[in-house]
Parts: sequence; C-alpha cells; structure tokens
Amino acid sequence: MDPMAEIKATFFQECEEQLAELESGLLAMEGGDTDTETVNAVFRAVHSVKGGAGAFGLDDLVRFAHVFETTLDEVRAGRLAATPEVVKPLLRSADVLADLVRAARDGGEVDQGRCDACAAELSALTGIEEAADGDDGMGDLDFQPMAAAPVALDFELDAPAVEAVPETAGWSVRFKPRPELYAKANESVLLLRELARLGEIEVELDAADLPLLSELEPEGAYLAWNIRLRGSASEADVREVFEFVDADCELEVHALGADGEPMPTAAEAELDIAALLSMAQAAVEGAAAEPAAAQESETPEADIAAILAAAQAEATEAAPAADTAPAAASAQSNRRAGEDRRKVDAPFAGDDKRTEKKLDDLAKAAATATAPTIRVDLDRVDRLIDLVGELVINQAMLAQRVTEAGLARASSVAMGLDELEQLTREIQDSVMAIRAQPVKSVFQRMPRLVREVASITGKQVRLITEGEGTEVDKTVIERLTDPLTHMIRNAIDHGLESPEKRVAAGKNPEGAVKLSAAHRSGRIVIEVADDGGGINRERVKQIAIDKALIAADAVLTDEEVDNLIFLPGFSTASTVSDISGRGVGMDVVKRSILDLGGRISITSRPGLGSTFSMSLPLTLAVLDGMVVTAGQQTLVAPLTAIIETLQPKRADVHSLGGSARVISIRGAYVPLVDVGLSLGYRAEPMDAEQGVALLIESEGGSRAVLLFDAIQGQRQVVIKSLEANYRRVPGIAAATILGDGRVALILDVDTLVAASRTAEAPKLLQAG
Amino acid sequence: MSEAATQAGRELISFRVGAQEFCVDIMEVREIRGWTPATALPQAPEFVRGVINLRGAVLPIVDLGARLGLGTAEPTARHVIIVAQVQNQVVGLLVDAVSDILTVTDDMIQPTPDVASEMVRAFVRGLLAIDGRMVSFISLDRVLPERELDHAA
Repeated sequence: MDPMAEIKATFFQECEEQLAELESGLLAMEGGDTDTETVNAVFRAVHSVKGGAGAFGLDDLVRFAHVFETTLDEVRAGRLAATPEVVKPLLRSADVLADLVRAARDGGEVDQGRCDACAAELSALTGIEEAADGDDGMGDLDFQPMAAAPVALDFELDAPAVEAVPETAGWSVRFKPRPELYAKANESVLLLRELARLGEIEVELDAADLPLLSELEPEGAYLAWNIRLRGSASEADVREVFEFVDADCELEVHALGADGEPMPTAAEAELDIAALLSMAQAAVEGAAAEPAAAQESETPEADIAAILAAAQAEATEAAPAADTAPAAASAQSNRRAGEDRRKVDAPFAGDDKRTEKKLDDLAKAAATATAPTIRVDLDRVDRLIDLVGELVINQAMLAQRVTEAGLARASSVAMGLDELEQLTREIQDSVMAIRAQPVKSVFQRMPRLVREVASITGKQVRLITEGEGTEVDKTVIERLTDPLTHMIRNAIDHGLESPEKRVAAGKNPEGAVKLSAAHRSGRIVIEVADDGGGINRERVKQIAIDKALIAADAVLTDEEVDNLIFLPGFSTASTVSDISGRGVGMDVVKRSILDLGGRISITSRPGLGSTFSMSLPLTLAVLDGMVVTAGQQTLVAPLTAIIETLQPKRADVHSLGGSARVISIRGAYVPLVDVGLSLGYRAEPMDAEQGVALLIESEGGSRAVLLFDAIQGQRQVVIKSLEANYRRVPGIAAATILGDGRVALILDVDTLVAASRTAEAPKLLQAG
Repeated sequence: MSEAATQAGRELISFRVGAQEFCVDIMEVREIRGWTPATALPQAPEFVRGVINLRGAVLPIVDLGARLGLGTAEPTARHVIIVAQVQNQVVGLLVDAVSDILTVTDDMIQPTPDVASEMVRAFVRGLLAIDGRMVSFISLDRVLPERELDHAA
C-alpha cells in the first residue's frame, strides 16, 4: 500500500472511532448529560473528522462537518441549550456525517437532499446564515493537504465572524537550539515536523540574534522559533518531542488561553493583556470584597468586558505592527477579537471560569487519550491463535503418550504435564480474549436504526441497551449486525403498537425495546425484548394455515405457535412494509444465528411483549461437536444441529424407493442418511440396527436422521480450514485435530442431507 | 525460471517415486517429514491420499506416483512426505525416498523431449543427467486438483 493510501486508511479507521464517540456523546446529551466534557468530546469528534477530511480534500465531508461543528460550537459555548429539540437534529446530522464518511471511503453516493436538509436544519438552530452547499461559507477555509510544516489555516480578513476552528486551547512554544544541538546531529526541522503531528502549528522564525556575516560563527546557533500549536496535545506530548534535545536548547512551553485569547504576536501585547487581565480580576475581587463599592459601578462585569475588549483591540493592532507576525495569525486575532466583541454581553466572570474549566477538561481528555491500547494486525493475532491451538493439541498428544507409556498418575512427569495443561488452557483463554471485543460496536449502530424505523412507522420508541461491555469474538460481532438489525426492525414494526393503541391499553405511548447482552455458561446470550402486544397467536396460526405451512387442524402449543414465525416464507405483516417485510423473515435471522453455531428462542406474553433470545458461542474458532465414527473414520457433527440421539430399531426403518430409507420417529417418517455410505467410506449400506443415529435439524427446519457406526462423545474442537490448502469438500464444513493428532472432518449437515435428497445413490467419492 | 540466476546455479531436491527419479526446486520445499496416516477425504481424486495434521494446519497429501500416472503407493513408515509450497497453498507430496540435493546450472537442464505422455507435458519442465541417471525436473503447479469443483456438489 502506498503511504498516502495507508494514511487515508488510518484516517477512516479513526473516523469510525470518532463517529462512535460522537454518537455516544450525543446520546448521553439526549439523556440529559450536560457535562462540558461530553459536549467537548462531541465537538472534538466532528472537528477531527473535518480536519482529516480537509487534508484529503474530501470537500463534501468538510462542508457538512463544518456546518455541524459550527452548531456544536454554539452548544459548547452555551449559546444554544442542548434541549431534545436541538439534540435530535444533531443525532440526525451524526447519521449524515457517518454516511458521508462511508461514501468518501467506499465511493458511492449520499442522499444529497437529506444532507442539505440536515445542514439547513443545523444552520437554522444557530441562526447563522451559512450556506451548506455553496462555496461562500467555505471559501475562506484553505486546507493545505498534507504539508509538513508550517500547517496554517489561512483566513481572509473579511471572513464571516464565526469560523470553523475555535480551538479549545493549545501551546505556545519557544524553541532556541544551542550549538550543541546541531553538533549532535539533531535537526530543528525534524522536531518542528514532529510537533506538527500533534496539531496545527504555526511557526515563526526569530532571527533577531543573527549577527552580521563577519561576526557569524559557522558552527554557532542563532535562530529561534516561536511555535503556536493548536489541538488537544498535552504539555507532556509537546515536551516529549524535544525530549532528546532538552539539554541542548532553550525551551519554553506555555499554555494558550482558550477562546478569545489570541497568541500574542508581539511580546508587549502579551504583557499588556496579562496586565489588563490581572486588573480585571482585581476589579472583580474588589467588587466581591466591597459590596458597598459595587453600588458605584453597578455592573463591574461590563467594565471588565470593556477592558478586555480594549485589550483584544490592542493585541489586534499590535499584531500587524510586528513585522515578523505571519498574516494568518493577525487575521485570526482579528477574527477572534470580533468574536469576542459579540461576546461582550456575556458576564466575564462566567467566561473566565469556563476557560479554566476547559483547561481542566483538556487535561482530562489528555489523560483518557493515553489509554494503553495498540493496533495490531489481525493476521498476527490469528497466527498466534493458530499457534496456541497447536500447543493445545500437542499438549493433549503428549498427555496421551504419557498415559500410553504406562507412567503412574502420581509420577513427576504426569504431574508436570498437568501443570502444563493448566498453563496451556490459560494461554488459550488469554489469546482468545485478544480477539474478543465488546458488543458495543454492534449495539452502537442500533440507536440510529431505531430512530429511522420509528420515524417511518410513526411509533415512539426508546431503546435501552444493557451489557454493552460483554465481549465476544470479533467475527461473531461482525456477523451479528444483520440478524440484530432485522430483529430490532421487527420488534418496532411488529412488536410495538402504535402510540394510540398503547395509550388505549394503558401503556406509556413511548414503546421500549431492550437490547441486552450477557455471558452465560461459556456462551453469550443476546436478547431483544419489546414491551409491545406480544405475538398474536391466533393470527400467526391463521397465516401459517393460509400459507399451507401447517395443517388446518394441527394442534399446537403456544410455544410451537410462536416458533412458526421462524418458518421460511412466513411474514405476519398484513401489508408488506419496506421495513421488515422484504421477503426475508425471521427464518433468515434464525439461519444466520445457526450459521454462527447459535440458537434462538422466543418467549411472548400477550399484552406484555416478546423476547427473542439468542445464545451464541464466544468464538468461531472452536465448536461444540459430537465425535462419531463412520466406516473407520472419525467425524465431528456440530452439536447445534443435533436434536437427539437414537438407537434405530429394525421395525422403525423402512425402505423407500430404490436404496433410500426412512425411519419412523414418533409417527413421523424422517429420511435416513447413511453417512459412511454418503461420504464413500463404505461401499454397502450398513444395518441401521447396528449403528447409532442422530436426529438433526437442517437449514430451513427440515429433519433428517444421520446414521453412524458409533458415538465417541461430546467434545469441544478447534476449527481448521480445509480450503486453505485444499478446496471445499461437499458434505464437509471444516476439519479439526483430535487429541491423537489426527485430522477429523467436521460434517456440514445441510449439504450432506441435501446431497442424499437429490441423488438416488449418492456415492460422492466417485463423483470426483 | 529464467529469472533465476543462471551462472550461480540452483539447488534441487531429488527423490524417488517407484523406479523413476524426479526433482523439484529446493525453494519450493518447506520441509521433509515421515509418513503419518492420513484422514481420507470424501469426493477426492484417487491421487489425494487425504489430510494430515502439520503442526495445526490441515495438509492435503498427494500421492505423487498416482498423480504422475505411475500407480498408487502403499505407504509405509519408510515413505517420505515432502512439504511443498505451491502458489499460496501448502501440499504434502508422498514419495518413496529423498535421494539427493543437486546443484545445477540452467544449461544443465535439457529441454523435455516430445513424448506422447500427458503427464510429461503437464509436469516435466526438463531433464537432468546426473551420474548417468536421468532425473526429471518437475513443476508442482498442477499437483493439486482444481479448486473450483462446486458444481460437483
């Protein structure tokens, strides 16, 4: 991958994280969280997306993020209250932003109308005229794609007052190398570049010490740099850049004030502002200390604000006066001064406090940002898991050999081996834990879905999530999204009643859908529960009869009726809506859960709601299987497909047609599949009475009985790919390695049964 | 193989299948190990012996004799499996014995004479004369059956 594409990939990866952060922050705000840190986190997320997008020239994304950010800034500054009326459009905007990011990543189109509508809604909130799709709002924003240093935002002097990058704070760094720094082969520009990675920097060269050529020491160091770094880097981050040259330079690091305090471009201006600020502070203190005096000047805040404004103006004037000041900086001071003039009405004391708070928050953010995680290539983790799998098998083989060698259980070798076993199990668990991820990443997508489905159906829905931190294998998580999406859609579309009906039934008009996850006996259980009307069993049964899925006179238990909805081709919606009625029903959900080695069940109480419960394995790397023997070969049948084991009786087995056989189970005739024969391990069909049989349910709910020679037992096996070095084999899902080191094949029950159904005498071995 | 250095020479591993001697490029060989019983695969061509466990990976075993049309082997403990990398797959080749490592230059490899055998055209890249013995230099690209056999299901 070329470096640019790699950086871009990282950007999109980070975007996903930022979007997740954005959404959870907004949801917290919707839930009434008014913590400044939450608002800041939300703002930061949008800002980072915008910044990155600018660097890659993703204009659509930048434009929308810009409008979004402007609105958020209003919220952050306290000018816009985070009421539900405000947060809802913000959440919708987050969805649009996510769409834009994905469109930028994968190509493809976004709904421009929706995007514009959202932008208009946002602008309406702030009351600031800013066209989302025109260039006028953005013309003054000139990102320099991927420049090393200095990266500066260039603002026109007559730009609109509200601008995109009102940073919380930053650092002012003065860096003056001594000759030793260069003598040790360090390079200033590299340090500056390093600094540029922490945020946007503006670098100003201070060449005041440069002597005349005649006095110039060739190996001396005369230059210094004043750097203004914007962004959320901590002081430690900044100092770390200079870590190796610390002793060989003069380094000053000062915090930049938050909104309104510009980086002084001339030293005098800094002094002046500091002096004025302290005067202002003194005035406030004075006013507080002498309430009587306060009567003389009714509004000390106004005075202070005036002083402050004057200070700003002075700074603004000072900036262009200083020859060395970069134009961008002066423009920014100007803009900020303008912004502050509008803020003069705001009580100063409050403003000041907010500034302090923001610095606190910034420190907090820096603390959380350094959470000790690393990005690791998934391949490396998988390789490690493979190796540990080998270790486990090896250990089992060793144990078997020690037993075979006749060593006593109490011998030191056997005891050492026991310890080894324990250690290997622990290593295996820890390695599996690396791949495990909290289900949060899937759960986080659901609020958006709920919003969309709720608005389409006109229902009021509250989504409650529980157990987001429950961990499960990454692959399971990836494959959970679709079935979960479908189930949530179903719960809202079919489960919940309309608000009127709910009120009539004496319920809260707002329906609740609860999504929860928990670990239970080595599996993860995910539940989707609604507090709707429950399954209308009369109707379900009638539909099943109408669609000829069951006999008209069938007598079914409530549970059996509930499970009818999992039948292929079943859909309870009387009109096919575009939400859940897509010709795919709960049968698809059930199949995807079964594919994951899971089970799904349903409980429903009329008037109180339904609960779908899924139980899934924690990892796809291992499988619970039944180890069986068919014609000398050891095979593994996935436990999830097995309903029961049986001992066929001669009287129950009947020949049907040429070589096909059926077996009668409690009055129903089920096809009998001789596995040894099907797989070509045996030439002649075996006597059913000599073997054991497994009643299995295959995809789509049809049943079959598999005939084997013997059952060895139930075991957890590690799944190994057969396709990696060979190819797909019909009737075989994968392979595994047993304790004796031999490879055993894992049956693909569905294709096995399907093959026996199509071929009169399915001798698969000869087909190849 | 013209991209390989011609003057420096290349190393080949030679082995015996039945009465004939063959060799493959040493760079294609990962390891050599003894025979262990394989698990038979359903719907496999006759020359695929089955699969074995190679330190946790499932390795298909090709009976090279059967593949080259020389008849199937009855594997014993003395048989050898050459683990070779073929494109992006790893495959085990069942042979009678590994005989030698040959260092040859490209000009020692004679072009394959035109013979009617399908096997020769598919696998033999050239012939070598080593101490009066004829060693066929073979390519492993086609030892495994085609991957796409989905229609057979």
